[in-house]
Amino acid sequence: MSITLNDAIEFITLEADLLDYGQFKEWLSLYTPEGLYIVPIDPDATDYEKTLNYAYDNAEMRQNRVTRLLGGRAISAMPPARTVRMHGRYRMLEADETKCVVRCAQMLTELRQGRERYYSANVTFHLVKTDAGLKIDRKIVSLLTSTEALTAVSYIL
Amino acid sequence: MTILPDPASLVNEDRADGSIYNNAALYDMEMDSIFKRNWIWVAHRSDLPEPGSFITTFIGQHPVIVSRDRKGELHVLLNRCRHRGATVCEHKSGKTASFVCPYHGWAYGQDGALRAVPQPKGYGESLDKSKLPLVSLKVAEYNGMIFATFNQDIMPLDEWLGPAKIWIDLFMKQGAGWPVKTMGEHKFTFPGNWKIQLENTTDAYHFPIVHKSFLDSVDNETQNIFDFVEGDGFVEDLGNGHSVMVMIPELIDLEENLDAPVPERFQELADALSKDYPPEKVRQIVRAVGGSGFNLNLYPNVACSMAFFRVLRPLAVDQTEIRHIAIGMDGGPDIANEVRLRLHEHFQGPMGFGTPDDSEAWDRVQRGALAGYNIDILLNRGLGHEAKRESGNLFSDVTAETGMRAAYKQWLVDLTCETAAEEAAQ
Repeated sequence: MSITLNDAIEFITLEADLLDYGQFKEWLSLYTPEGLYIVPIDPDATDYEKTLNYAYDNAEMRQNRVTRLLGGRAISAMPPARTVRMHGRYRMLEADETKCVVRCAQMLTELRQGRERYYSANVTFHLVKTDAGLKIDRKIVSLLTSTEALTAVSYIL
Repeated sequence: MTILPDPASLVNEDRADGSIYNNAALYDMEMDSIFKRNWIWVAHRSDLPEPGSFITTFIGQHPVIVSRDRKGELHVLLNRCRHRGATVCEHKSGKTASFVCPYHGWAYGQDGALRAVPQPKGYGESLDKSKLPLVSLKVAEYNGMIFATFNQDIMPLDEWLGPAKIWIDLFMKQGAGWPVKTMGEHKFTFPGNWKIQLENTTDAYHFPIVHKSFLDSVDNETQNIFDFVEGDGFVEDLGNGHSVMVMIPELIDLEENLDAPVPERFQELADALSKDYPPEKVRQIVRAVGGSGFNLNLYPNVACSMAFFRVLRPLAVDQTEIRHIAIGMDGGPDIANEVRLRLHEHFQGPMGFGTPDDSEAWDRVQRGALAGYNIDILLNRGLGHEAKRESGNLFSDVTAETGMRAAYKQWLVDLTCETAAEEAAQ
């Protein structure tokens, strides 16, 4: 049986909850070892490896990012910004028994040092089914404002 | 009548008044006296690769088009139709034969000349197209760095850059024998005055404090390279507000020390390159990928900062836009350029492991400097042992604030020179 949209939504909601509640170590375990967390700049880019991105994190860089968030040694993350994110407008683009591609909308509000900021994004998840359940092979966060000037984002989108 | 601040009372050799970051009237004076009168960096040569290429950008608050005409000549044009003032181009970059105003259809050439207007009869004999080109600024280029200015009487760019030119040449060795090209940018704003960023590019003192978390994320060898605050580096005043801060003296000239061992973090790249290039070339490419060991601060808006271009644009007295432009080898191996991109992403930009922490520090300077009255910002670090080179350039240790003093010296010249005073009085 193909991976269903409901399975994917349940998984994506779990990921969002872990990020908003600061459970970053648990978040790391949601990825495959080869998995990538990508925040592109160029909305038309397809080959992210050959393009400048905001983030192009393999397992090592994700681990570093989490260490940064939890380590208390980065002034922009002492403490990290608080975030609330909502997903909706889910659409299954491809699905078979072992993998699927789901796209959804993400609205995120950030609060840090009395400033509320907002980031909207289209997020594409490439999920794979493993013995331990669904895992992220690629998460691509396409910010609506990716080619505009952003502000410091010391957290995970 | 507004009482204008007196810049000379705000900045001394070794200190500045905190209001320089938040006085709105002073900011307006700076926009005229600094951003209208000096050479302002607008583009890198590779942004305009062929005839018809253009980009849009800003000089201070003024929107401009940088365009390469069909003969290959560069033009910097105010992005403002001569009819009713609309911008004639809103694309960030592209290729075009003309710029047509979307409001009434006035059409300008790549050089800004007004070519045609719809229904010209409505003007009778009064329209002299030759008198209504897009307003053209003075433009000059040095080693791929393109600058422009409103000031038609300014000294030649060569003279303005002076000893900074040698450092630009050294910086461009990151092309490893190929021309340097830009490879995209990280753009972000921070809620603070532009001079806080100008200072930061020549501030090595903050590095081990602010960037602990970046240093945690790299290998020991790289940590040692970045452990430079007690090293043999230096900061040197290059005149006209420019300065260089050498953090890693071994990485001043990337074509020297080619027999030094390849750093471990680049071994995989070196192995891959060895399939296509002889050993000497591999070492040259690998050294270039690692970046230069210095920050060259070019007053007032650009820096050649280790491995990228840093460009600042003041948006308001307490709001600044910064671009971190990635660079690479134009025609060089893709695998090496990809390593450069990953290194850039690691430290730079709004989601890097370095920039957000810098941004936080600058944000705090802006907010903290509002506290109290008549309290100085100190600019005196390294002053006691500052010395003069044979060239007459002042220099001090790597953590000295010599580069900030250089910038504020020029800032004061700009804000107090006669022309500036006359303009302000008008």
